[in-house]
Amino acid sequence: MDAVVEPKPLNRTQMAARVAADIPEGWIVNLGIGIPTLVADHVPEDREVIFHSENGVIGVGPAPAEDARDPWLINAGKQHVTLRTGGAYVHHADSFALIRGGHLDLCVLGAFEVAENGDIANWSTGANEKAPAVGGAMDLAAGARRLWVVMEHTTKDGRPRLVRRCSYPLTALGAVKRIYTNLAVIDVEPRGFVVREMIPGLTLEALQARSEARLHLPA
Amino acid sequence: MIDKFVRGTAEALAGVRSGATILIGGFGQVGTPNALIEALSEADLRDLTVVCNNAGTGTHGLARVMAEGRVRKIICSFPRSAGSVVLEELYKEGKIELEIVPQGTMAERMRAASAGLPAFYTPTGLGTALAEGKETREFDGRTYVLERALRGDVALVEAWQADRWGNLTYRKAGRNFNPVMAMAAELTIAQTQHVAELGALDPEAIVTPGVFVDRVVHIPYGEPDLGKPLY
Repeated sequence: MDAVVEPKPLNRTQMAARVAADIPEGWIVNLGIGIPTLVADHVPEDREVIFHSENGVIGVGPAPAEDARDPWLINAGKQHVTLRTGGAYVHHADSFALIRGGHLDLCVLGAFEVAENGDIANWSTGANEKAPAVGGAMDLAAGARRLWVVMEHTTKDGRPRLVRRCSYPLTALGAVKRIYTNLAVIDVEPRGFVVREMIPGLTLEALQARSEARLHLPA
Repeated sequence: MIDKFVRGTAEALAGVRSGATILIGGFGQVGTPNALIEALSEADLRDLTVVCNNAGTGTHGLARVMAEGRVRKIICSFPRSAGSVVLEELYKEGKIELEIVPQGTMAERMRAASAGLPAFYTPTGLGTALAEGKETREFDGRTYVLERALRGDVALVEAWQADRWGNLTYRKAGRNFNPVMAMAAELTIAQTQHVAELGALDPEAIVTPGVFVDRVVHIPYGEPDLGKPLY
C-alpha cells in the first residue's frame, strides 16, 4: 500500500519559484508588490527576462547589498534595486505606454479575490475610513498581455479567494489568465477555473472545499 | 540672452496664485523638488489643487503644505503609505478632497494636456469604481473609458542638470513624472542639482527641452535619503 502523502502547502518562496518556472526567456515582465516581487529571485540571471517597474525602470536587476544601494534607483514598491546591463530609464507616460500598449508579456499581481470570469479585486477592501490607493494596478491589469495572480488559496480565516463574483471593489474585468496559490495552479478559461496542478497529496475535493467557485479538470 | 535661472525658491514661485493647480514631480523620495515644496508650504497660498503621485509622509514636504491648510484638493494614485498621517487625518475630517486616479491614467492625462488633446480613451479602470459616470466607447471590439486631460497652472520638477535655456536631464528613477509634468503646465519651475553651461549638455541626452521650462533654481539638494523609509 502507498504511503499517504500529507499535503504541504507551498510557502511564499516556493510560490514565487513556481511562478518563475513558467516565465520564458525574452519576456517583458512587471511584478507587483509582495510575493510577486520575490519571483525575480527565482529566474536565473542567464535566462534573460526583462523586468519592468512602473516608475520607469526597464531591466530591473537583483536587490543590491545593503552598502551598495543607489539612492536614485528604486522600484515602484520604493525598494532599492539595481539596473541590469542593457537596462533603460523612461518617464512615467512612456512607462505606462509600455504597459497599456501591449508591450508587457506578463504582469504578476497579488489579489484579494479572483472570480471565475477572470475579474480581479486587489486594490481596495471597500472600507471607507482610509484614503483609498490604487497605484498602477488598474493599468497593469488592463494593459498586460497576460495577467497572472499569485496569492494564498484562502484568507487567513479560511474564506475562499477563488470566487464566483468578486465582493471587493474590482481592479479589472476578465483580466486574469492564471492563478498560482499555495495549493494549486489554476487557469481561467471561458468555462471557469481549470485546475492544472495541485500540491502532492491534495485531492480535487479538498481543493474544491477551499474554493467558492466550481473547479474543473482539464478536458 | 535667455537666462531662466532665478536666485531662490521665493523668486521661483513668484506669481503663483491661490486656487492654482500645481503638478509636483517625484516618485517616493526620488526626483522630488523638495526645496520648491518647502517654499510652497511657506507661501501665502490657499485652495490649491495638487497633483502628485503620493500624498506626503510625516510632517514635512507635501504633508506640511497640506498641514498648513493650503490644499483644497489632491489628485494622486497612491495617497496611502507608511507615515501619510496628515492626509489620513484631513481626509477623515473631510477637510481635503481626494481624487484617486490610476497611475498610468494620471500620467497620460497630463501627457494629453501637454500635447493639446482634451481627452483620450483608455482600457484602464473599465468596470471599476474609478470609471463610474465616465463615458465609454467600443473600438474594435473592446470597450474604453474616456478620460479628460489634466493641465497644471504650475509644475514643480526636480532635474539633475539644467542650463540657462532650461534644458533638463534627470537621474535614474528620478525622471518619473517630471518630464510629463514639465510639459503640461503654464508655468514650469525646475529645481536642479547641477548647473551646466549652455552647450555642455549632449543634445541627444536632454530629456526636457528648455522650451517647456520657464524658471530654474539651482538647489544642490543632495541625494535622496537612504536612511528614511522611501515612501
